[in-house]
Amino acid sequence: MSESSNRARESVAALTAAGTARTARALIFFPAVSVLLAVTAVAGVAIGSTGISWDTVTRVITAKILPAGWVDLAGIPEADQVIVWLIRMPRVVVAGLAGAALAVAGAQLQGVFRNPLAEPSVIGVSQGAALGAVIAFITDLTARSALWLPLAAFAGAFLALFAVHLIATRAGRTPVATLLLAGIALGAMISACTSLLISLSFVNWEVAAEIVFWMMGGLDSRTWTHVWICLPLVTIGVLISLWYSRDLDLLLLGEETSKSLGVDAESVKRTILTTAALLAGAAVAVSGIVGFVGLVVPHAIRLVLGPSHRKLLPASVLTGACFLIACDLLARTANPPTEIRLGIVTATFGAPFFLYLLRNRHKEIGYF
Amino acid sequence: MKLVLKKAGIRIDGRWLVRDVSLSIKSQRVTAVVGPNGSGKSTVLRLLAGLWRPTEGQAELDGRSLARMPRRMIARRVAYLPQSTHINFAFTVREIVGMGRHPHIGRFDTPSRVDEAAVEAALRRTDVVHLGERPVNELSGGERQRALIARSLATEADAIVLDEPTSNLDIDHSLETLGLLEQLANEGKAVAVALHDLNAVVRWADQVALLNRGSLDACGAVEQVMRDDLFESVFGVAVERLITGSGTETFVFHRRHAPGQGNSCS
Repeated sequence: MSESSNRARESVAALTAAGTARTARALIFFPAVSVLLAVTAVAGVAIGSTGISWDTVTRVITAKILPAGWVDLAGIPEADQVIVWLIRMPRVVVAGLAGAALAVAGAQLQGVFRNPLAEPSVIGVSQGAALGAVIAFITDLTARSALWLPLAAFAGAFLALFAVHLIATRAGRTPVATLLLAGIALGAMISACTSLLISLSFVNWEVAAEIVFWMMGGLDSRTWTHVWICLPLVTIGVLISLWYSRDLDLLLLGEETSKSLGVDAESVKRTILTTAALLAGAAVAVSGIVGFVGLVVPHAIRLVLGPSHRKLLPASVLTGACFLIACDLLARTANPPTEIRLGIVTATFGAPFFLYLLRNRHKEIGYF
Repeated sequence: MKLVLKKAGIRIDGRWLVRDVSLSIKSQRVTAVVGPNGSGKSTVLRLLAGLWRPTEGQAELDGRSLARMPRRMIARRVAYLPQSTHINFAFTVREIVGMGRHPHIGRFDTPSRVDEAAVEAALRRTDVVHLGERPVNELSGGERQRALIARSLATEADAIVLDEPTSNLDIDHSLETLGLLEQLANEGKAVAVALHDLNAVVRWADQVALLNRGSLDACGAVEQVMRDDLFESVFGVAVERLITGSGTETFVFHRRHAPGQGNSCS
């Protein structure tokens, strides 16, 4: 009898041995998602108004990446090469970078705020970026150079974070609760300014339409310029976030505990907020306002791999990239020849998934 | 190992939380910090752990000012357990306890065998080995508290500072934890612990610091500090001492009522 009760206890232990299961899953997760990302990226380039074979896609891409002469492009029409390398490829790369950046920024902010709902909009970053972009549209800067829009969005994101941080800091300390409230209040103020500018801009219908489209997010007519704008920023942001991944784990135990374990909580918090704004700013700059990526991706990963940021952050890079490339592919192909705005697609998938987590898996994620 | 406050005081937002506190925590001794709610117990512990810097006076570890030591170095030598910890994320107990090794592990290093052995030993000492792979947010309050105590042990610091570690524990685990503190002191660690249970203080502490409204009213050996008149003046309660069957002295406390006030129902 004692043997059977022992066995029962063991099976209960096996069921609840979350740690062991997570370690095993990580071994499968990373290779699987890497493969999925490669497949999604190739699909993103191959599928479209002009179908292009997977073979052509891989040959053109490898030919461009590898030294000249390694891959033979004979027999592939010039037009197909242009579509693959100059039209679809930059779009897919920008989608991947923006997705990775948004997912990592979301994971970081949820960690700093110890709050599952945190994402770039809670510290005013998204609203700041939107205001910056709207100003660029209205002042007609966007017509002068493709660089102005991302620059203005990026500047807006950072100015907003700076203002929120300044308001929430007293005597050198920035409590996260104050930061959250300051961010939401200032975000609302910035949004009001944006709305005012948009409503005023309606005298010129074309500008207004452009703004409204931008606010819904989208990756139409992205070029390699956009890639070069966000690639360095996203790379730097991701590297910094990985550098601080263990500090972020410790911050989840509370600022006091993390301090007692040797983490300089105030400076780590500042660095992580800046990194998150950098990543979110870089993403918004090239893709407009795209919601739910930073919310859904980290939550889904925590379910599989647990909350430890050393796994969560790299996994967010891969999964976020994969998710946004897939969403963009759908946005392009669901209703040809019109494109659906990207923000609509991410919300259509993100929101129900989030609700599913909320209803059915809340225990495993840990909060709520 | 000696952790000392010298005439330490701290002012936050223009208000002195504690002032003129001189206290020394030594190896092989359990120092209990007692006092009514809001008397500054947690503040004194934070000063000892180097989490807050004194506005006046000094906090020193073996003669060196904590203010001038890098945070990581303090973390290796002084472990701290706050009064309450909310963990909303599903870390496993082993991960939480492993975080106690943070001050010993380089940024990109993986935990060494020494680190793993320290975690294992800490899990065993607080009786949570069987919970190692469970998410900490699924545990009962007592189990979680023991996991957090294990985390503070895993650091293997010379001094350990605990803010009401028994407040969430049932009577058995509470006794076990207090016994563990005594054992740690016997092994040469300096232990500072805030406690509300004055009977536990008498039984387990070597030294008592009695705080009252932000200042140190008395500090010294148990029998010097645990005096009836001090209880009356600091806590405002009447004390009765009983000798139990096993020969231990036990305090029984009674609310004091001023005559003619609040006590009549006619």
